[in-house]
Amino acid sequence: MPKRIVASIQHIGHRVIESIWRLGRATRFFILVLLKSGTSLRRFGLVIRELYFTGVLSLIIIVVSGLFVGMVLGLQGYETLQKYGSESAVGTLVALSLVRELGPVVAALLFASRAGSAITAEIGLMKATEQLAAMGLMAVDPIARVVAPRFWSGVISMPFLAAMFSVMGVFGGYLVTVVFIGVDEGSFWSQMQSAVDFRFDILNGFIKSCFFGVAVTAIAVFEGYDAPPTAEGVSGATTRTVVTSSLVILGLDFILTAFMFRGVS
Amino acid sequence: MQRTTMDLWVGLFVITGIAALMVLSLKVGNLNVYNPSQSYVITGNFENIGGLKVRAPVKSAGVVVGRVTDIQFSTQTYDAVVTMSMDSRFPFPKDTFASILTSGLLGEQYIGLSAGGDQAMLMDGDKIMKTNSAMVLEELIGRFLFDKASESDSF
Repeated sequence: MPKRIVASIQHIGHRVIESIWRLGRATRFFILVLLKSGTSLRRFGLVIRELYFTGVLSLIIIVVSGLFVGMVLGLQGYETLQKYGSESAVGTLVALSLVRELGPVVAALLFASRAGSAITAEIGLMKATEQLAAMGLMAVDPIARVVAPRFWSGVISMPFLAAMFSVMGVFGGYLVTVVFIGVDEGSFWSQMQSAVDFRFDILNGFIKSCFFGVAVTAIAVFEGYDAPPTAEGVSGATTRTVVTSSLVILGLDFILTAFMFRGVS
Repeated sequence: MQRTTMDLWVGLFVITGIAALMVLSLKVGNLNVYNPSQSYVITGNFENIGGLKVRAPVKSAGVVVGRVTDIQFSTQTYDAVVTMSMDSRFPFPKDTFASILTSGLLGEQYIGLSAGGDQAMLMDGDKIMKTNSAMVLEELIGRFLFDKASESDSF
């Protein structure tokens, strides 16, 4: 009996040490990517190629889901606000919730599952088929050639995708409340414009999405690079990318919100 | 995929992203309404600011002419010192009257300025002398009840 208890405690300790070790490896890898990204930024064609795969191909899912999120926000907000006779404030509700929270967060979650998983699977498969090792043999640094362009393309495209998500959401809210339900158009826009502040709301949302872009792509490239070179290992790494980056996005969002919006109105 | 088509799509993507940011800041936000780069700062002491908050608008005749940037409590006079950043396109006379008003029954509170007739204008760092506190509902009800009670006594 005590032997079994000792074994289970050993198991916990092993898991903790393993995860701390992994965290350290991830940090070292992240710093290595930053150090070696000079060459990939000089050869910007590589980044543009990856921008096509991470940014342009994520556009459809971002635009469509932004539209629907905005429409649902408009509908639900209208249902509640019209009880108090202040349905013209629905523009404020839609715009503030999108610009401050939903735009950066939902766009980052979609980005993690659409582009992050693809990055992990691609790098993991390259490692499994020993393409990365072959590059190393040809004196081509795989981190500078393969990993850094993918990292920077994610970092660049994330703020744009979040902004497009917010714009489509506001448009969806406008479509439902003004065009379909018939809220006054002038008060919809004017109340929104008087409530949304450029520096406080839009710039903070932009900063949030930059943080999310760094977090998601850093996790994605690390999981791919660190994946066991088997089919099972790559699939596990892809799953871990989506799970870890979703959790990191939500946790990071709480921390950033606490710093940005604390104590002011 | 051809290299040039890929470049085209990425270019379109980046342009759309920048356009989305522009729409957010110009159409959704209020960047065009008020430019804080050209502004002058004035202060005012209020006996009671009610629910006034930092970033609340400063309006004159219903037009936004500035924003509240800071609210402090003064231990010398025991009242609230409200700092306002005003758009420099709108200078106000020295004897301008500032009062804390509420937009609508349950709306946000803002500072309303009504211009006086003084020739001298408020400069950067000046202080508004004539202020009117926020209306506090409990005080109003209390005064009303007190008036009613004294009325019924006289009969």
